[in-house]
Amino acid sequence: MHSAELRNYERELHQFHLRIGIAGVVVLVAFGLLAARFFFLQVVRYDDYAARAEDNRISIVPVPPNRGLILDRNGIVMARNYSGYTLEIFPRKVASLERTIDEIAELIEIQPRDRARFRKLLAESRNAESLPIRTRLNDEEVAKFAANRYRFGGAVEIKARLFRQYPFDEIASHVIGYMGRINQEDQERLEEEGVDANYRGTDSIGKSGVEASYQNELHGITGFEQVEIDAAGRGIRTLSRTPSQPGNNIGLTLDLRLQQVAESAFGERRGAAIALEPSTGAVLAFVSKPGFDPNQFVDGIDPQYWSELNNSPDRPLYNRVIAGAYPPGSTFKPYMALAALEAGKRRYNSTIHDPGYFEFGGRRFRDSKPGGNGVVDLYKSIVVSSDTYYYMVANDMGIDAIASFMKNFGFGARTGIDLQGEVTGVLPSPEWKVKRFRRPEQQKWYPGETISIGIGQGYNSYTPIQLAQAVATLANGGMVYRPHLVAYIDNPRSGERRYLEPARVHRVPVRAEYIEFVRRAMAGVNKEGTGARAFAGAQYTSGGKTGTAQVIGIKQGEKYIESRVEERFRDHSLFIAFAPVESPRIALAIVVENGGFGARAAAPIARTMLDYYLLGKLPEGMSLPTPEDEVEEEKESD
Amino acid sequence: MELARVPLRRIAWRLVEGIDSTLLMIILSLSMLGLAALFSASYDNPARVVNQVANLAVALAAMWIVAQVPPQTMMRFALPAYAIGLALLVAVALAGDVVNGARRWLHVGVTRFQPSEMMKLALPLMLAWYFHRNESSLRLRNFVLGGLLLAVPTALILRQPDLGTAALVGATGFFVIFFAGISWRVMGGLALLGAASLFPLWNFMHDYQRKRILTLLDPTQDPLGAGYHIIQSTIAVGSGGISGKGWLNGTQAHLEFIPERHTDFIFAVFSEEFGLIGNGVLLTLYTLLVARGLMIAANAPTIFARLLAASVALMFFTYAFVNMGMVSGILPVVGVPLPFLSYGGTALLTLFIGAGILMSIQRHRQLVQT
Repeated sequence: MHSAELRNYERELHQFHLRIGIAGVVVLVAFGLLAARFFFLQVVRYDDYAARAEDNRISIVPVPPNRGLILDRNGIVMARNYSGYTLEIFPRKVASLERTIDEIAELIEIQPRDRARFRKLLAESRNAESLPIRTRLNDEEVAKFAANRYRFGGAVEIKARLFRQYPFDEIASHVIGYMGRINQEDQERLEEEGVDANYRGTDSIGKSGVEASYQNELHGITGFEQVEIDAAGRGIRTLSRTPSQPGNNIGLTLDLRLQQVAESAFGERRGAAIALEPSTGAVLAFVSKPGFDPNQFVDGIDPQYWSELNNSPDRPLYNRVIAGAYPPGSTFKPYMALAALEAGKRRYNSTIHDPGYFEFGGRRFRDSKPGGNGVVDLYKSIVVSSDTYYYMVANDMGIDAIASFMKNFGFGARTGIDLQGEVTGVLPSPEWKVKRFRRPEQQKWYPGETISIGIGQGYNSYTPIQLAQAVATLANGGMVYRPHLVAYIDNPRSGERRYLEPARVHRVPVRAEYIEFVRRAMAGVNKEGTGARAFAGAQYTSGGKTGTAQVIGIKQGEKYIESRVEERFRDHSLFIAFAPVESPRIALAIVVENGGFGARAAAPIARTMLDYYLLGKLPEGMSLPTPEDEVEEEKESD
Repeated sequence: MELARVPLRRIAWRLVEGIDSTLLMIILSLSMLGLAALFSASYDNPARVVNQVANLAVALAAMWIVAQVPPQTMMRFALPAYAIGLALLVAVALAGDVVNGARRWLHVGVTRFQPSEMMKLALPLMLAWYFHRNESSLRLRNFVLGGLLLAVPTALILRQPDLGTAALVGATGFFVIFFAGISWRVMGGLALLGAASLFPLWNFMHDYQRKRILTLLDPTQDPLGAGYHIIQSTIAVGSGGISGKGWLNGTQAHLEFIPERHTDFIFAVFSEEFGLIGNGVLLTLYTLLVARGLMIAANAPTIFARLLAASVALMFFTYAFVNMGMVSGILPVVGVPLPFLSYGGTALLTLFIGAGILMSIQRHRQLVQT
């Protein structure tokens, strides 16, 4: 027994040693293989590789693709490309940047803003191979530099690059967005998505608007060339090439002319206007004022313009349509009416007597009309915009019922529009307060707070896009659509056009009859109510609702007198509308910051937009701006 | 005076007692070559070399500690180490951080940590312990279970995806099974089965998956992405010639044609500057390293020690072969560092601990002779 075990052990050990031997042979063979490979590369093919390395004979040059165009719904080009010459410095080949720039300045005009921009680019993109010191060189400058190129020993070169160009300058700037250089953060994201190779040779990327949210569609596919180059890095001849493939063209749902009409109706005022097609959720106009000129960003933004944009109290870079949140004021009342009907708290003929205030817990909630509106039923409550009526509705319903009803219309939630940076706004509820505040006494919901919710004040705070989505839902009879800016995507390689389907979110659980009633009441607003003046003589039917949102609180017993309030603390003017009433083709929401009464500032803008969209009528004295064609037409890059 | 000197000498003796000098000389030579290549590759950031020296110091200390631990004690760590490693891999799959498109990292307090690295040693430890425990009655089902112990973590790492580490972990585990005596017939059968299953698998794949595999096999298909590394690193190796361009004179490295030149592609820098002769020295050192490891395995007293030592020795081999093969363009590009040369503390730590294991086995070879 013992000896058998020993024998077994010895056999095992023998087998193990055998396998160690086999492993040793495998190791030797594998390393032998490597040695053979090294011999092949370093002895047999040495001359070839040495030559390739010595003068870096073959360099792979990426060919960046042509970025896709952006067009409006009628095919008007809103973003395109042009090719231009830039003068670029290779920072790593230069001993002193300042001296090199001084030397260039002897040949070609370099302005202080060019230097400032160059320094900014250098700080932002430390690993860049080359950075532009001057852009948009003219032919004379190109020729002048070419003759003196040898002086810089390959550290300064002229490059042909494609630039983005926006023919309408500031128009629709918040829809289009802007481009900027690929920074560290962008680079990391591209690497994470595994597409960084496709961005070699590309140095700018969409930073906001459609340029950012459809970046992947617009970009295209980078091609490459194998180029034979000399020791100084100059190309001698192309050995092989794979052409780049242009990016997809984006067709917007936006009507550029309507957009222009809306923007000029805004004038210098601040605010937002958004028009939707109620049957699809397509965005027809999208105004956030003030805007900016996206052309200024294209070849590296001038630091001075950048700081102007960032430090202006008007915040031109801020997209008010999706990132601005405003109290809806009285534009909230039609939805409150629906909530009351659906909850059975009010009927069409429920009347109150409005003394001009509502008293609750020893506090007087004032009506905007001193002395009140007398006897008010549901229809009249919307037409004359009775505050007292809705103080009572809110009080009767309670905050939980209001919050859960308003959720159906998308209040306080992102609409999911195809742009980045949308905020949620605030749909107030006791749960929201618990989340929002830290101290227990702040977290408590007071019944008095419910009352101002009824007239769209208090903690209510919604984005203009939410207001527009909600009124579009009313207009189409109760279907919530996700708003979208893009109608189709064209693939220029295959000629294929992909339409983006309208996205239905859900149907609001409200009886069609009630919606019809509220629409009639809103039509009454524009016929005989607070919107009547702005819509006097309109050749179409329309429904609307004015709103005035307080920016500062008015103390008990104090009176709001506009002329005494500083401009920035004046009320916001709001208006929501749809038209024609029978089968609405357009729904819109307008906010004029510090514009005062809704009927005065916002409603006339709505009138102008509807006149144009439904009748093709331009406001007096206005002609539509056309693109300024000062630069040459787009060229193919490959 | 006399009294004071005696304990000093004893302490010195105690310090070097467990250290296998042959192994140490080989490893230190490799590390020195690595520092030289790293210095050349780090002209833009010399602090890297200082970092690597610190990494080396830490790794050496870890090696010394492990070398003091007798194999019997190591056996006690096998199961817990494997279980923890596996649990962490599952945690990574569920809640890991994504870096460069792969989910490999786990957040631990302020730092991130890569559990797959730990599996490189935990798996052979586990398998060696498992086969040791069932030493007297090894049957086919033991090998099946061993295969499972190997397959689960490998599959998890493959899913991250981390092809390089999966290959290393899988190979190291396979070595244990191989040395434990799995029959040639079973191995042959498995190989045939694997080869046969490739064809239906290929048919099931999407076009983009096929394309990815083809690019892996032939990087020149994608000269802007994966292929760029290989084209440039092959030029670097080839242009080194017989005697190399000389230290700090590599143009490919210094003109930044070699990406990842501190880590996975440091061999390209080395090879360009030291040529075929340098490569010969490097190959010789690796051969000696593996040979020493296999010799330690052959002399080891227990099944556990034998299996562990042999698989660690072949792990060194796999690292070196896959990395040099990849840089010189005969193997697909997977992320595997060059052992003892590539920059990076974690890989270094694993390697030195592996060396520590070998030293411990060598030192304790007589103690439990039965």
